[in-house]
Amino acid sequence: MRYLLLIYGNEQAAAAKSPEAQAAEMDAWWKYTADLQQSGQHLAGEALQPIATATTVRLANGRPVVVDGPFAETKEQLGGYYLIDAPNLDAAIAWASKMPNLPGGGSVEIRPIMEFDTPAS
Amino acid sequence: MPNARDSVEHVFRREYGRIIASLIRACGDFDLAEEALQDAFVQALDRWPESGVPENPAAWLTTAARARAIDRLRRARVGAEKYALLGEQTTPGEGAFAMLNQGSDSSLEDDRLRLIFTCCHPALNLEAQVALTLRTLGGLSMAEIARAFLVPEPTMGQRLVRAKQKIRAAGIPYQTPPEHLLAERLAAVLAVVYLIFNEGYAASAGDDLIRRDLCGEAIRLGRLLAALMPEEPEVLGLLALLLLHDARRGARLSSSGRVVLLEAQDRATWDQAAIEEGSGLVERALLMRRPGPYQVQAAIAALHAQAATPEQTDWPQIAALYSVLASFSPSPIVELNRAAAVAMAYGAEFGLALIDRPEVAGTLEQYRWLHTTRGELLRRLARWQEAAAAYTRALQLSENTAERAFVTQQLATMRTAAGKDS
Repeated sequence: MRYLLLIYGNEQAAAAKSPEAQAAEMDAWWKYTADLQQSGQHLAGEALQPIATATTVRLANGRPVVVDGPFAETKEQLGGYYLIDAPNLDAAIAWASKMPNLPGGGSVEIRPIMEFDTPAS
Repeated sequence: MPNARDSVEHVFRREYGRIIASLIRACGDFDLAEEALQDAFVQALDRWPESGVPENPAAWLTTAARARAIDRLRRARVGAEKYALLGEQTTPGEGAFAMLNQGSDSSLEDDRLRLIFTCCHPALNLEAQVALTLRTLGGLSMAEIARAFLVPEPTMGQRLVRAKQKIRAAGIPYQTPPEHLLAERLAAVLAVVYLIFNEGYAASAGDDLIRRDLCGEAIRLGRLLAALMPEEPEVLGLLALLLLHDARRGARLSSSGRVVLLEAQDRATWDQAAIEEGSGLVERALLMRRPGPYQVQAAIAALHAQAATPEQTDWPQIAALYSVLASFSPSPIVELNRAAAVAMAYGAEFGLALIDRPEVAGTLEQYRWLHTTRGELLRRLARWQEAAAAYTRALQLSENTAERAFVTQQLATMRTAAGKDS
């Protein structure tokens, strides 16, 4: 089953860490990604640039409106994701539990991918 | 000659949990398994009055249900993969019985264990866990569960539907947890069973029978867990705790529906068989040398239950056990109970000192039992004004008729005593 693992953390708190601590966390992320890839369950994954670089688009009066910032102000911000192919939810939970953002108070949201039947060609 | 319909219903109710567990494993789907079993039930009602109740009714129902599941899948035009899971028997016959009897009973037990852990998976919210557990392991109907928890039927129906959808959509696996997760997952299972018991314990005489019977249901689940996991001391501890509480249930409320405190209960009405069984389980569990919160709570309950009169209660032991409990599950409420035990063992002023710490009295300000306990201890110390204030606060916080009557009576008794002093 495919799952999207959404990585949340408080950006301000993360930025306030010492350079050594930040470097250590980066190392942890590289190692984590390598482990995930080696397991064969890694499909995709990226880090996202900070929330200050976000742009949100909505419709107003039928016309697209573009606004600086995320879709909503939240205490924790989306910082990255992994798309994995795991046998079941427990396997996805196991991967989520090892993510380097957790010790600092971050969280991971696990969403199963909506699989559509491909239309017969 | 037993009425065939009664036999079918009796067998159905008794065997439901076992059969559904293995069906869910075969079908990989809660709804399909339930519907197939319902079909088999209807079939049994149709056939058994004529052909008689079969020697192994559970096996008959299981085979029939598997066949009905194949039918349903066929009608839904699902792929060959699912056929393979169910085998190709279409009617209960020699071959089917052979296949079923081949596996030892232990695979049936493993299935029920898998089912329990699936129903209590942390990815499901607590209400969903409770509803699913009662539905699939308890065999209660959706209507019965709704009445038991004082919730409208459609709401309970929705809860069950959403829970099963979540299991399917999120890929919650049908398996017992791996070793390193077993302890925390087991704690969740035990918490669900304990919650069901407490819901029943809180039921009043006027409530639906099914609600009052939740205690019996919880004990049945506890027994099932103890049979499936006899080497888990916390499982034995929980069953012991349920039995020991249940032993006193008859004495808890007076004929007028008022709460009767432990020290005032008629101990002759306590169920001695349940007390004996519960006490035995506590001993067995503690011998395994892996203490835990349920074992400790059960040990405390056992000490209460073994005291022939309130005066013979071993309060120092109980106070010590509450300290141990605090090391496992620290909470202001555990501290409150410990303080009450300390008061009984060593004097009201010591108990009061423990209660009047900010982490207890401060945190529990909205908790009426804090104030009734303070009131009682202050009363024993003849600090009438403060006692009255505490009881009054308790009255403000309580909506329960039986409790309010009790506190009002305490206030009245105390005013009389205060009057005698002046």
